[in-house]
Amino acid sequence: MPGAPSLPELPDFRVGDTIRVHYVVERNGDKATTQVFQGVVIKRHRAGARSTFTVRKISFKIGVERIFLSHSPNIAKVELVSRGIVRRARLYYLRGLEGKAARIRDKKDI
Amino acid sequence: MNKQPGVIGIKLGCTQIFNDDGTLKRVTVIEAGPITIVDKRTAERDGYTALVLGFGERKEKHTAKPQLGYYKKANLTPKRKLKELRCEAEFADKFEVGGVLKLDELFQVGQKVDAQGRTRGRGFSGVVRRWSMAGQVQTHGTHECRRHGGSIGTNMTPGRTLPGLKMAGQYGDELVSVLNLKIARIDADKHLLLIEGAIPGASNGPVFIRQAVKTRKRKVGR
Repeated sequence: MPGAPSLPELPDFRVGDTIRVHYVVERNGDKATTQVFQGVVIKRHRAGARSTFTVRKISFKIGVERIFLSHSPNIAKVELVSRGIVRRARLYYLRGLEGKAARIRDKKDI
Repeated sequence: MNKQPGVIGIKLGCTQIFNDDGTLKRVTVIEAGPITIVDKRTAERDGYTALVLGFGERKEKHTAKPQLGYYKKANLTPKRKLKELRCEAEFADKFEVGGVLKLDELFQVGQKVDAQGRTRGRGFSGVVRRWSMAGQVQTHGTHECRRHGGSIGTNMTPGRTLPGLKMAGQYGDELVSVLNLKIARIDADKHLLLIEGAIPGASNGPVFIRQAVKTRKRKVGR
């Protein structure tokens, strides 16, 4: 739609990839405090200006999922850690798995 | 009588934009232009002062001959939508017939505006849709009255149904104004207005945006 925000530079990551999201939690003038959230992308909701992606990680044995707005100015940087090989667009099945079963094969050729 | 400056346009739809601090703002995108001044009403000729705004293009073969002559006189192409905008004579003097309205001259970001649109027509609707009544339970032996409105009054006193009771009837397709919305962004080159909140009417439907007529005055401390 015209008038929609323009997309910030995000790397080309897909569902199954492991990414590291640098997220701004506080702004103070020129300074910005960022936090890093690293995990597996389990969902990409592609909806133009309203697009989001969901990242899942295991933090102190507890599964944590975080939904990021793709166009948010608070996303300072997204790093691609590794590419994963998956056969599904939504990896909800990871929620029921833990430990070795919850691993994703990764592509070595990146 | 509204004499606030305004524009006609088309509702393109809703989207979201971000504030500088990363919080979201829900906006409706209005394509308001290019708007041409098709004609002027003057006190000498018509008894009142107004600008006639024209929006969009209409094919010549779809325009009736008398209307075509009206546009020809002003040396313009036929427009899709026309609206008279009542104004003071000083305001009308600033514009020429055939000239184009500029959004950034009329509005500022952060300014309060009113939006007017024709809501989507829903036809003859029952009370559940039209007035959000709950209806009855679907089970436990309910029959033939699952979406009824219930009782419409008492018996002997007053012995009639009170006027204005919520019942089924025509719903939608009426002109609705939403007051005091905020302008979030203006794109004068693309003729776009981004207005916070929802605006009545379907996408691609005509809307009218004007400067707010009722601004709430801040209460002075007692």
